[in-house]
Amino acid sequence: MKQIENVSRRGFLKKLGISSTALVIGVQLPSMLTIPKALAGVVGSDKFAPNVYVQIGIDNIVSIVVHRSEMGQGIRTSIPMIVADELGADWQQIAVVQGLGDKKYGSQNTDGSRSVRRFYQPLREAGASARMMLQQAAADQWQVDVSETTALNNNIVHEKSGRSLSFGSLVNAASKLKVPERSSLILKAKKDFNFIGKSDVALVDGEKFVTGATTYGFDVELPGMQYAVIARPPVLGAKVKSFNSEAAKAIAGVIAVVQLPDLEEPAVFKPLGGVAVIAKNTWAAMKGREALAIQWHESEHQSYNSDSYKKALAASCDNPEKVLRSKGSVTKALAEAKQVITASYYVPELIHVPMEPPAAAAHYHDGIFDIWACTQTPQSAQGTVAQITGVAAENVNINVTLLGGGFGRKSKPDFIVEAAILSKQLNVPIKVMWSREDEIQNGYYHAVSYQKLVAGIDDNNQVTAWQHHVAEPPIGSTFSKGADLIGSEADLGLIDMPYDIANVSCAVGKAPAHTRIGWMRSVTNINHVFAVSSFVDELAQAKGLDSKDNLIAMLGTDRKIDFSNENANYGNYGETLSKFPVDTARMKAVIEKVSAMAKWGRTLPKGRGLGIAMHRSFVSYVACIVEVSTNSDGKIKVEDVWLAVDCGLAVNPERIRSQMEGAAIFGLSLTFFSELTAKNGVIEQSNFDGYQVARIADAPTTHVEIIDSDAPPGGIGEPGVPPIAPAICNAIFNATGKRYRELPLKQYGIV
Amino acid sequence: MITLSINGKDHEFNDDGDMPLLWALRDILKYTGTKYGCGKGLCGACTVHVDGQPIRSCVMPVSAIAKQKITTIEGLSENGDHVVQQAWQTLNVPQCGYCQSGQIMSAVALLERNAKPNDQEIEQAMSGNICRCGTYQRIKEAIHHAADLATEVKGS
Ligand code: FES
Ligand code: FES
Repeated sequence: MKQIENVSRRGFLKKLGISSTALVIGVQLPSMLTIPKALAGVVGSDKFAPNVYVQIGIDNIVSIVVHRSEMGQGIRTSIPMIVADELGADWQQIAVVQGLGDKKYGSQNTDGSRSVRRFYQPLREAGASARMMLQQAAADQWQVDVSETTALNNNIVHEKSGRSLSFGSLVNAASKLKVPERSSLILKAKKDFNFIGKSDVALVDGEKFVTGATTYGFDVELPGMQYAVIARPPVLGAKVKSFNSEAAKAIAGVIAVVQLPDLEEPAVFKPLGGVAVIAKNTWAAMKGREALAIQWHESEHQSYNSDSYKKALAASCDNPEKVLRSKGSVTKALAEAKQVITASYYVPELIHVPMEPPAAAAHYHDGIFDIWACTQTPQSAQGTVAQITGVAAENVNINVTLLGGGFGRKSKPDFIVEAAILSKQLNVPIKVMWSREDEIQNGYYHAVSYQKLVAGIDDNNQVTAWQHHVAEPPIGSTFSKGADLIGSEADLGLIDMPYDIANVSCAVGKAPAHTRIGWMRSVTNINHVFAVSSFVDELAQAKGLDSKDNLIAMLGTDRKIDFSNENANYGNYGETLSKFPVDTARMKAVIEKVSAMAKWGRTLPKGRGLGIAMHRSFVSYVACIVEVSTNSDGKIKVEDVWLAVDCGLAVNPERIRSQMEGAAIFGLSLTFFSELTAKNGVIEQSNFDGYQVARIADAPTTHVEIIDSDAPPGGIGEPGVPPIAPAICNAIFNATGKRYRELPLKQYGIV
Repeated sequence: MITLSINGKDHEFNDDGDMPLLWALRDILKYTGTKYGCGKGLCGACTVHVDGQPIRSCVMPVSAIAKQKITTIEGLSENGDHVVQQAWQTLNVPQCGYCQSGQIMSAVALLERNAKPNDQEIEQAMSGNICRCGTYQRIKEAIHHAADLATEVKGS
């Protein structure tokens, strides 16, 4: 990373509406690709250094630019906490400014659980650097040594003499100083933190949330704006054959009907095509869309039927194309095993359903795009709009609104491009809104998966062989037509299986995609960990061991695993193994912690069961215990969820807890209810009646404890999700003796 | 022309009477605190009060509610200090916040007819409101907390 520099005269000040008398500290960064390549959201192949900007006005207000997208994880609170702490700022005198999409901020791709993981250090440095310049300015004025000064509540204080100067009063003097060398920055000691690690920091947007004063993508209103909905192809790649434009225009309030360019695969982040109806209001646009009576051409993807596709995936598991991890000889070990255990697992295709579907407002004027959108990734929105409309990227301004949930859907900017195309063509501000049906039927889907596992147990009751075969359509198919083998998805719970087994083979089979495959909160960890952690529990039963004792035993001696020793190319979420090792001691520690929390081993009332699962993902460790009950009708309820989390240093424990509570519900939803099926290429579900998610009566009480750690901060948005499904199914087995290997459980009539 | 009384203010509405109240509020009258989540009465994001009753504005045509008193999240209190809004903030209930207008409107309606609901009553009253972020546990706690706050206010 390059040197921090004073950038107070840069052009972005105007955009932010901040006066140039403000002291601005920024971290200068190398440029990055504007369109992430496939899987950029999953494994950070981007090595782009993070950055943050601090501005202090003569009015003593500290403006902190949040360059990452807020979608419920609390980043608009956590980033200011980090900066304000190092700066010595007064929380009451902070203004949080949402950064526009711009490469100067470094990666703004808010997915992969990376905001705090990647930006903790640079954010602290930016805060410290501003603070040290203010200290120097005050010391100069007082003619004292700078080391005698401290920063406290927006003041620089000279304790010896009892003098103090506000940040605001030092702005002009500090602006003239040289930015300190990165190597000379003095960061606070952990014991001196005021905000980092504290649970009493109110949400920056808390009051707005409860008064309806927030602006999400759906809420953007521009003068003269028109409202658009789009009829998109029911089958991926189907092109428009005909439609009745006049019928749509006959609906009162409909202004225009515009056919969008047909999609040429690969889909990438391009619009899907179809026909847009633009109207005076959303209702008229929706009615106009119904009147279109569109006919579609055939598409090769209409061969997609979930029933037969499932069989094909199972067959593909029997005939894997590529081995991704291998050690010893599984064949030999299985031949010699006393017991051979086999099991198959199935997780259906899933979709994000953020409460706010995608929406974007675009205004093309004077060769410039002003765009507002609920996007997780403003820079790839900017890049894609530029690429498709031919407007230079620097003339595409992407304003990031609040996101009504994201979960990975809003890191694909197709919906933003739609608004841009329409505004440019019609020369008016246009807001494109996706209905719930659009979101469910035209999404970027979480891949359906079939998995077959085989294990061998020897005479000493040791697991000596582990074979895991997976078939699931790859995310790569969205970026490269015809791709049918997973790549980095294998890093998410497949090849990083941490149990100490002498003979291991992990392999993948082919699976052609028929929908756009994307990433959804924790991505393929969901499927892989459901299989691995269920299967490990089945092995405990085969060995006659307690589930938790078995987990600890199978982890083996404390060690840091390097999967490259087993012929695996493991990405470690874009991090080095030296900074973020795969540490079995930390795995055991979260297992022990959660066991203590849940009082594992206690006698349970009849019909109750406990299940356990542990997984490391996004370089954080989460162990989960679930308690289920069964009622007289045989219905299962998840009563309690305990989660022990080791995410390294915990920056915002309060939001870590809320992310874990949310992960429990997200995991419960897909375990119990959620399933997409395709018939002739068309997704059969369309709204919350067909695609169900957990409601309040389904919600367990979730208990969260965070391991105290000085390790560098890991991810938090996603790691809570993977262990939930297997812990639930393990608990159901414990309660009922029945093993469920296919999700969702509603198909069995038990929920 | 239809007159809509929203948060104590009358508005003239000259559009399609079949338009669901949700879009009239959002697009025409610019009360964007009320959210779209499904358009089919399945998620509760669009919940507002009509004469004190919680309704799903996405499936309620404007023509059906002329002359009745409509309250949206913006009209719940002058300064965002309704006990439910306070409880929601104290417990940091929202994650993304998108569903929370609807959650709060449902919770207020519940507390107005049942000052001290138990868990089961809360689950029943709130079952139509989806929160994809999964804030249910805190919603439950916040409703209990709001009930306590309301008792304190009355008692003092
Ligand atoms: S938007 Fe009205 S219930 Fe979902
Ligand atoms: S807080 Fe995000 S949907 Fe409820």
